[in-house]
Parts: sequence; C-alpha cells; structure tokens
Amino acid sequence: MPKVTIDGHSIEVPDGTTILEAARKIGGKIVPPAMCYYSTLKTSGGYCRTCIVKVSKGSERDPRPMPKPVASCRTTVMDGMEVENITSPDLMEARAGVVEFLLINHPLDCPICDQAGECHLQDLSYEHGLSKSRYEFERRTFEKIDIGEKIKLHMTRCILCYRCVKVADQLCDGRVHGVINRGDVSEISTYIKNVVDNDFSGNMIDVCPVGALTDRTFRFKSRVWNVNPVDAHRDCKKCAGKVMLWQKGPEVFRVTGRKDTYGEVIDWICNECRFDKKQTSDWVIEGPSNIERTSVISQNHYTLPEPAHKPLLNDVKIVPDHYQIDNKK
Amino acid sequence: MGKKILLKNDHIPGIQSYDVYRQHGGYASVEKALKTMTPEVIVEEVKKSGLRGRGGAGFPTGLKWSFLAKPEGVARYLVCNADESEPGTFKDRYLMERIPHLLIEGMIASSFALGAKTSYIYIRGEYFYVARILEQAIEEAYAKGWLGKNILGSGFDFDLHVHVGAGAYICGEETALLESLEGKRGNPRIKPPFPAIAGLYACPTIVNNVETIAAVVPIINDGGDAYAQIGIGKSTGTKLISASGHINKPGVYEIEMGITVEDFIYSDEYCGGIKGGRKLKAVVAGGSSVPILPAELILKTAAGEPRLMSYESLADGGFATGTMLGSGGFIVMDESTSIVKNLWNFSRFYHHESCGQCSPCREGTGWMEKILHRILEGHGKMSDVDLLWDIQGKIEGKTICPLGDAAAWPVASAIRHFRKEFEDYVQKPSSIKDVKHYYRLHEAGTAS
Ligand SMILES: Cc1cc2nc3c(=O)[nH]c(=O)nc-3n(C[C@H](O)[C@H](O)[C@H](O)COP(=O)(O)O)c2cc1C
Ligand code: SF4
Ligand code: SF4
Ligand code: FES
Repeated sequence: MPKVTIDGHSIEVPDGTTILEAARKIGGKIVPPAMCYYSTLKTSGGYCRTCIVKVSKGSERDPRPMPKPVASCRTTVMDGMEVENITSPDLMEARAGVVEFLLINHPLDCPICDQAGECHLQDLSYEHGLSKSRYEFERRTFEKIDIGEKIKLHMTRCILCYRCVKVADQLCDGRVHGVINRGDVSEISTYIKNVVDNDFSGNMIDVCPVGALTDRTFRFKSRVWNVNPVDAHRDCKKCAGKVMLWQKGPEVFRVTGRKDTYGEVIDWICNECRFDKKQTSDWVIEGPSNIERTSVISQNHYTLPEPAHKPLLNDVKIVPDHYQIDNKK
Repeated sequence: MGKKILLKNDHIPGIQSYDVYRQHGGYASVEKALKTMTPEVIVEEVKKSGLRGRGGAGFPTGLKWSFLAKPEGVARYLVCNADESEPGTFKDRYLMERIPHLLIEGMIASSFALGAKTSYIYIRGEYFYVARILEQAIEEAYAKGWLGKNILGSGFDFDLHVHVGAGAYICGEETALLESLEGKRGNPRIKPPFPAIAGLYACPTIVNNVETIAAVVPIINDGGDAYAQIGIGKSTGTKLISASGHINKPGVYEIEMGITVEDFIYSDEYCGGIKGGRKLKAVVAGGSSVPILPAELILKTAAGEPRLMSYESLADGGFATGTMLGSGGFIVMDESTSIVKNLWNFSRFYHHESCGQCSPCREGTGWMEKILHRILEGHGKMSDVDLLWDIQGKIEGKTICPLGDAAAWPVASAIRHFRKEFEDYVQKPSSIKDVKHYYRLHEAGTAS
C-alpha cells in the first residue's frame, strides 16, 4: 500500500486513493476543502480548484516535485509522495485566489438565501476569503427558473461545480440537465424547462454546495439553523429510505439525505421520501442527527466529535474559532 | 533561398488536384511505408527525425507515438488537429487549402505507423470551405485506391473522415477536441488518463497538428536522419510561420529553423521589413498566448546573442526575457501600436473562449478583460496594474487545461516589459484618447 505524507502526517492507503481521500482519512485541519468533488458521484471533482495542493515530492521512485499545484481530488497518491497543504504559504495564497474567483460573481445574498448556514461557499469564504472584494464590476445575474415541479434554479448563485449534472447523468434517465454556453456565461439548464421529472432528481438539491438549487417545498420557510435535524427511516421501494427530517416541534419542514462529515450524501433518496412524506407519522424516528461540520449549521445542535488526530499545527488558523471552542468542551 | 520541404511544390499550378500532386511525387511516402516499412520502423524514423509537435507545445512526436497503448482487440485512432484558432496563426489553413493531399498522405502513412484503421481530421468551423477542399481530396484519394480497403494490396484498410467543429477555440485543446468529436460539449478532460491511453471513445489515440502530420511525409521519403540534418540543435526541420502585423509582406513562410529573427523580419525573402520604414516595437512570436517581447529582446537575447527562430533560442531567458515558438503565429507591432489596446483585445478573446469549467479561468479571464477595458477607456487606477499582475498569477498553473496559462502569459509579459505604458494610460488619460496622437507626442518626448 502506498504511503503518503500530507503536512507531516503519514498514512498508508490502498492503490488508487486520491490525495483528498487520503487526507480525509487523516482528518482534521489538513483536509483540503472540496467544492466540486463528491465522494458518491463518479467523475466528480477537478473543476473548482479549491482542493489544490502542492506535491513537494512525487514519489519514492521519482522524487521530483510536481511543477504546478494539483487538484487533490483527482490526483492519486504514489508511494513516498509528500504533499503540502496548510503548511505551504504559497499554496494557501493560491487557494485564497481560487476562493476569490468563486466569489467575484457570486451575489452574496446570504441573508435571503435558503442555503445560508449549510453553504459550502459561505464556509469556504469564511475560512479563506478576503473581508473585502477587489472586484468592482457589475456581477453577472440570471433569471430564476423552475426546473421541474419541486426544484428552483437560481443560476446567479451557481459556482458551476457540475455536481448536479453528475446527479442527472448518474441517477436520472436520459440526458435532461447540463451546461449550456461557455465561459462566465455558462448556465446550468434543462433540455426543456420543467423537464426534470425523475424519482431521484431531488438529490440535485442536496449535492448543490450553494443556494443555486433549492427545494421549492422548503424555500423561505425557515433558516436551517432554526430547524432540528432528526434521523429517520421508512420502508421505501425506491430508495434506502434513510433520511434526515428537519423539524420545528412536531412539524417537518424538509427532508434531506443523510450527510457525512464533509456534507456529502451517504445514501441517495427518492423524491417521494423527500417531497411527499412530511408527517412524522410517515417515519420511524431514530433520534437527533449528529452534524459533524465546521459550519453554522452545527451551531445550536450538537458538539463536534474530536478530530481523528491532534492537529499539529494549532498556530495555523484555518477553521472558524467555534470549531476550536467546540473541541474544548 | 531557404530550405523548403512542406511548401516546396506550393508554386506549381494545380497542385491542389490529385493528378498534379501525384505527378510531383505525391503519395510516394505511402507506397514506401506500406511496401517496404513496418509500423515500428516508421515510428523509429520519426523519433530519429527529432520532429516536434507543431501545434504549440513542441512535444517530440516520435516519443508521443511510442506512448500509444496497444491493447489487443481495441481500436486506435489518429486525430489531426486542424482547429487552428489561435489569434495570429493561419499556417494550417494555408497548407490544407494549397496542398490538401499532403495532409491526406501524411494521415495515411501516420495511421499505418500507429495501427489506426479510422482517423479523423477535426477542422475549425470557420474553415468550412477548407473542409470542402479536404473532402474533395479525400474522395479523389478513395477513387485512386489510397484510402479504403486493402490499400496497395498491403492488407491495410483505412478510412479518413473530416469533422467540422462549431467554432470554439477551446476545441483545439486535444481532449476538448476529442469530447467534441464524440458529439459532446467541448470541455477539456481532466488528465490523466492521457489520450495515448484513453482518448477517442476511450480508445488509445494520438492527436497531432496538421503541420506535424504533413512533416511525416518527407521524413518517410528521405529518412529521419535527413530531416534531422535540417534546422538547428533540437529544433529540427522546417517550420511554417504565419507572419502578420506591421510588415511589408504578411503571409505564411516555411523557414529552416535557426535563421535569425532579424533576418525573418527584415529580409525580402520573408516579412520584408516594417511597413512604412517605421520602428519595430514588439513581437508576439508564437501566437497570441506566448509572451510578448520588446524589439530589443526579440532581436537579441538578454545575453546579447542574436535571437534565432527555434524552440530553444526563442525560449532563451525563460519568461523573464524570452518567449516561445508556440504555433508559429508571428505578430509584428511597430512603434504606433498600443500594447494596452492589443492586450485588451487578446484578453477579450480568452474571456470569450474560456470553456468555463474551472473557476480561475472562468472568472479570472473576464475580470482581467474588464480591468484592461477600464484602463483603456481612461478610468484606470494605478493599483489596477498590480491587480492585473496578481490575477494573472492566480490563474497561471491552476487550471485544468493550458488556456488559463494562455490567458495569463500575455498579461504578465505586457506588464513585465511595458509597465510604463499602462501607467501612462492611467495617469494621462486625456493624452491617450487618440492612441496614434499619444504615440506621436511620446516619441517627440513631449507627452506629459
Ligand atoms: C486552448 C488550446 C487551444 C489549442 N489549439 C490548437 C490548435 O488549434 N491546433 C493544434 O494543433 N493544437 C492546438 N492546441 C494544442 C493541442 O492541445 C495539442 O497539444 C496538439 O494538437 C498536439 O499536436 P502536436 O503534438 O502535433 O503539436 C491547443 C491547446 C490549447 C490548450
Ligand atoms: S446548480 Fe449547484 S450543483 Fe449545479 S453546478 Fe451550480 S452550484 Fe453546482
Ligand atoms: S482553463 Fe479555461 S478553458 Fe481550460 S478547462 Fe479551465 S475553464 Fe476551461
Ligand atoms: S474539489 Fe477538487 S477541484 Fe473541486
């Protein structure tokens, strides 16, 4: 098994493991942020470039460093590889550049966006972004459209991570959803407006890292940190039926898939579970969900578990302070 | 007269047609290859020739060919990159328009060497009329038995198709080209795998430029060693240069690698000097993506050596004082040229052509264009120049495909060598409203 060292932490991983997955096995602060990679979607990753890392030693056999930063989500480890992530100031600056690029045309309408509190872009800019934008031009905007009965597309917020396109390709039948135009006027679009009508299309909402795809049955009903996530399941013929119910009192505001530490869905759920089962009586309740994210959404809920290792680099401020506060509890 | 191999019969009337082409030795390389050579021997000859890819990167062609995977029972493809959309580059068009059979001959011989039974010429959408010329030539070649089943009784079956793109510069990037050829959106693929392992329809594929494939013909005819004799050092053979800008004789020239840049610009055989006898200001030597160099650095290297038309000499000094041969799009600018305006034009192009897959290129190209436009319009700030420098640095090397670099390098080099001009645009907007006027004042030393 190849051995890789990331920011001084070594780990042995199976052949074919990516640098990002190896870093996730180590855990903690050295895990590169990922805006487009999604562990359960094939061929995802490589687009956003937030996960870039510096490979300071290629492998035992060929120790030369790689000439450019590489996307850790699409680069497989080699035996003896050495990777610098948060220990390289150059790399951190390059990543801050990527974050800036993602933000220059983003509307930053968090106060009215349903995704706020569970938005990966919000977390990312909090951790890596500048407090003031250097972009002084008009930001690009698009009209909001409905794609299918239950999903709202607000393209203005999209970061073109292609995750929803992969959901459409891998979970839904036919080619119904993709990208049109190119460059900075690229647009997520459907073959024919409203055509997205498939039992699994709702998963696009879960994979969208920002508020570009939102649940029309939940829009503007509540801030996410004001509803409580509860694990629940039901016997479903179409999917695993394992979900999170987001409740205020007995009322179910929305249903989503269950997500891992990195906010990525573990089991896809069908649209019936997601949109049509909004009574607690539809579900067998398992208990409060454990939200393991360094995000606003975890505030007021449950504490984070201890990281897998003691971070060596306490001096590097890379996550918001509440992460550290929670850890001390 | 300089050595010509690709364009040696260019002057012959009717060379476009099969009969005239054949009378002048056309298709000899296919005869020689199929009757007397094995694929391995041809690859060996190409290696010996030292031929390097003419599409821009200059990667050794023989080496690239030897990377081609050859799993049992899996088709292999050769794809000719005729997407030629780099501003300043028009040599492939010239070659295909004038001597279409040379490309077809090269495709047959190269495909035989690579074991490809079907190959494609992917041609830029705007070259639709050239596509017709090629299609007609292919028809002739089929009729004469150079294409189709059992060519020359050798048992080699080979089909060649022309595929017309839809007008996107990015489809010249080899993996975007393959996506487009497969009927998909032309987005560059994330590598690895490289095309030589998994290319067209996930089969092993070689992508080569038009000129590269054409050069295989003389390499087979005269041998790799003879080809390697031409040129200088590791820049073997001849190169087609598309010369444009403020010169007396714009056009496509075949040069032997190693002639001096000065000779190329000023001799009557090539560009014939600067129009109106004006002074040379700057040159973009290899298509819009390569760094621009001011007159003193394009004519001589930083060490004071004469700069030569070769991969190595043009790159001498790295990006600090050198540039690249690139695709051979040689753009000459005289003293009346506004570097800022020219850069804005290039930046507008890259902004328009970014596929939009990766964040730095999608967002950064537009940002740079807007800042440059603001400077050009006289609304720039002094901090804009540093901002541009910072943005280009944050794009370069952080993208999926080299279009990001191609957008960054012109900005970096223009600021590196012509910073003062950007600052003048910012500080004296009134004097630059009329660009020509500004330069006249500037020359006389009265601009203030
Ligand atoms: C944005 C972009 C555009 C390109 N356009 C062309 C082109 O029009 N023609 C070409 O031959 N190569 C082009 N290339 C280079 C190709 O990717 C590839 O390297 C080349 O076709 C390989 O052929 P060669 O080895 O014969 O040069 C382009 C590369 C990039 C990144
Ligand atoms: S809509 Fe969301 S999931 Fe789809 S590409 Fe945009 S940001 Fe990604
Ligand atoms: S660098 Fe630009 S053109 Fe190339 S893949 Fe990225 S966005 Fe597309
Ligand atoms: S997560 Fe790796 S490039 Fe987006």
